[in-house]
Amino acid sequence: MFKGKFTDNLPKIYGVYTGGFLVFCLLMAILENQGVTAKTIGVLFVAFTVLIYAFIGYLSRTMQASAYYVAGREVPTVFNGMATAADWMSGASFVAMAGGIYFGGYTYMAFLVGWTGGYILVSSLLAPYLRKFGCYTVPDFIGTRYGGNVARFCAVIVLVLASFTYVTAQINATGTIASRALGIPFETAVYVGLASILMCSMLGGMRAVTWTQVAQYIVLIIAYLLPVFWISNKIGAGFFPHFMLGDEVKRIAELEAQFGLVTNSKAALAAHPETKGLAYIKTAHSAVPVGAMAAWKYISLVICMMVGTASLPHILMRYFTTPSVTAARRSVAWSLFFIFLLYFSAPMLATLSKISLMDPNLPTGIIGKSISDVQSIEWVKNWMAVKQVAIVDFNGDGILQLNEWFMRGGVVVLATPEVAGLPYVISGLVAAGGMAAAMSTADGLILAISNALSHDVYYKIINPKADTAKRLMVARVLLVIVGIFGAYIASMRLTGILGSVAWAFDFAMSGLFFPLVLGVWWKRATRQGAVAGMIGGLAAGTAYLIYVGPKFMAMTPWLGIDHLRFGLIGAPVCLILMVVVSLMTDEPDAKTQAMVDEIRIPSGRTVTGN
Amino acid sequence: MASKNHEAHWSKTSGLMKITLALWFFFGYVIFMFGNDINSMSFLGYPLAYYMTAQGSLAAFVIILFWSTGKQQKIDEEHGVSDAGRDD
Repeated sequence: MFKGKFTDNLPKIYGVYTGGFLVFCLLMAILENQGVTAKTIGVLFVAFTVLIYAFIGYLSRTMQASAYYVAGREVPTVFNGMATAADWMSGASFVAMAGGIYFGGYTYMAFLVGWTGGYILVSSLLAPYLRKFGCYTVPDFIGTRYGGNVARFCAVIVLVLASFTYVTAQINATGTIASRALGIPFETAVYVGLASILMCSMLGGMRAVTWTQVAQYIVLIIAYLLPVFWISNKIGAGFFPHFMLGDEVKRIAELEAQFGLVTNSKAALAAHPETKGLAYIKTAHSAVPVGAMAAWKYISLVICMMVGTASLPHILMRYFTTPSVTAARRSVAWSLFFIFLLYFSAPMLATLSKISLMDPNLPTGIIGKSISDVQSIEWVKNWMAVKQVAIVDFNGDGILQLNEWFMRGGVVVLATPEVAGLPYVISGLVAAGGMAAAMSTADGLILAISNALSHDVYYKIINPKADTAKRLMVARVLLVIVGIFGAYIASMRLTGILGSVAWAFDFAMSGLFFPLVLGVWWKRATRQGAVAGMIGGLAAGTAYLIYVGPKFMAMTPWLGIDHLRFGLIGAPVCLILMVVVSLMTDEPDAKTQAMVDEIRIPSGRTVTGN
Repeated sequence: MASKNHEAHWSKTSGLMKITLALWFFFGYVIFMFGNDINSMSFLGYPLAYYMTAQGSLAAFVIILFWSTGKQQKIDEEHGVSDAGRDD
């Protein structure tokens, strides 16, 4: 069945895999009909998919440095696009995004624009040039372009800080999903999640992560799109929801006016501790907030997310794995396409979920109904039991008002299939999708950190004479250490999922964006300039985060630049320092300048020869 | 020193980068500076600013990127520096 090169057979292999997965879903649906419990189906879904990923990870084991670090540079364009999309879409995108849109409306959707538009920067400014350079890691580019271990080490620090902030949130998400699906305590589930993550990456490094990420993308996109289409058809909102929910959006605006958007007072909320960590609707779904400050808040978030995207090492390193510069560039476009499929569905899911709960004409509607009736609905009872949902009758009229219904953001994705009355098999599928999304991102991040430590710190700085076997040994040991440390932090539950995800973007843009971009686009950029930029940018950004961070000094932000946007302080400081110091120091030598000329041309050998 | 051909190739590449980023700036920022003003217009039945942030700008980015990538490949081929053949 499979003749010739492995990469030529990929469409066939993943075709069979997708078919097999759909058959598995059907089988689960049949089991559900036969009376198998919801819990068993949930366990089977998560366990089966995780075992498949581990099996792919085992098949991709390798002892070669280029396979371990850059998947042998043979990943075809479209498949690299899928792998990047899985690498990119985290547990937060999958579980929390629709919920964020549900509660935050228009303003929250700045994340959608920011997390897609950044790929234009990746493609136009960085990916093809880094591919031509031929590095194994992002600090490898900084270290070689600017020369010297100091520059390399600064890049490693920014990378570790940004990626580590991000990875704890992902391990946290795998833990949350595993604990729900398998019915084990969160503190144990975090380590179960970690074990699954390491099984995918330890034996085969980037090669194993690539092929599991493609498999994870297929699961997560099916798990996201199927419920959206199903619900839309079930409530008669249109067979292709993305183009047909205009009426529902209008209807939500009418219902908002009818029920009224009320903000609960802090005192009222404090009197009801069951609402802690839950949200309620107080923002309009589709209306744009008025005023220049509101527009600036939207735009400043878009800037941070876009520039952050183009500086995140675990994304940039995916484009080191393509066979050519042209393929790297095209692969960015495919990545964005595969990400787009999920992101343009998230607002539709939020809309469907909202209309299902708000519209009294639908059988699923609960707002405006009597509270005692709502409390006896099966799914409300279940989610209330695990403290993900709460009801408080503030005005004491016995009727559920919009501001009296509380829900955790993730519930929108996890419970909407149940709310709309879809069979449980869909909820099991959604759990498997969330697990895939969180695992794939965690894998990419842990690998980015441990590769930087093993390649840049150990091999390039500490022990340049190490042979391949020893380097790969060190790489694997570091992988496990980084993973365990991440799981330990996650098990302490320090931050909510989204707060820390946005921070990763701000850290990365503060320290890495300009050193990377100017390394390609400005020959005059010098080592001293880059080092000053990285240190100064990161220090300024971090200092500002501590200044405004709600859990730190909590001072009033300047011009609305709050803790989600601290990259807007770090990145300009980095740019100014880099330009000023570069101009004050001698221009880079002829060899470096020739190297920059070389990376600007797609054809020919890579600069490093790797 | 870079040859004449390489310099011409780079100046076209930079030109394309600037056009791409101008389009990116329009769909990523300019539209949303006027979010409140355009939301009374509608597209496919959605309020326009809502539509752009939920779907329109995202789709525009995908199209811009495929267009720009194709264009860059043509520039590379024109100057004989494309490496597209290495895919096979």
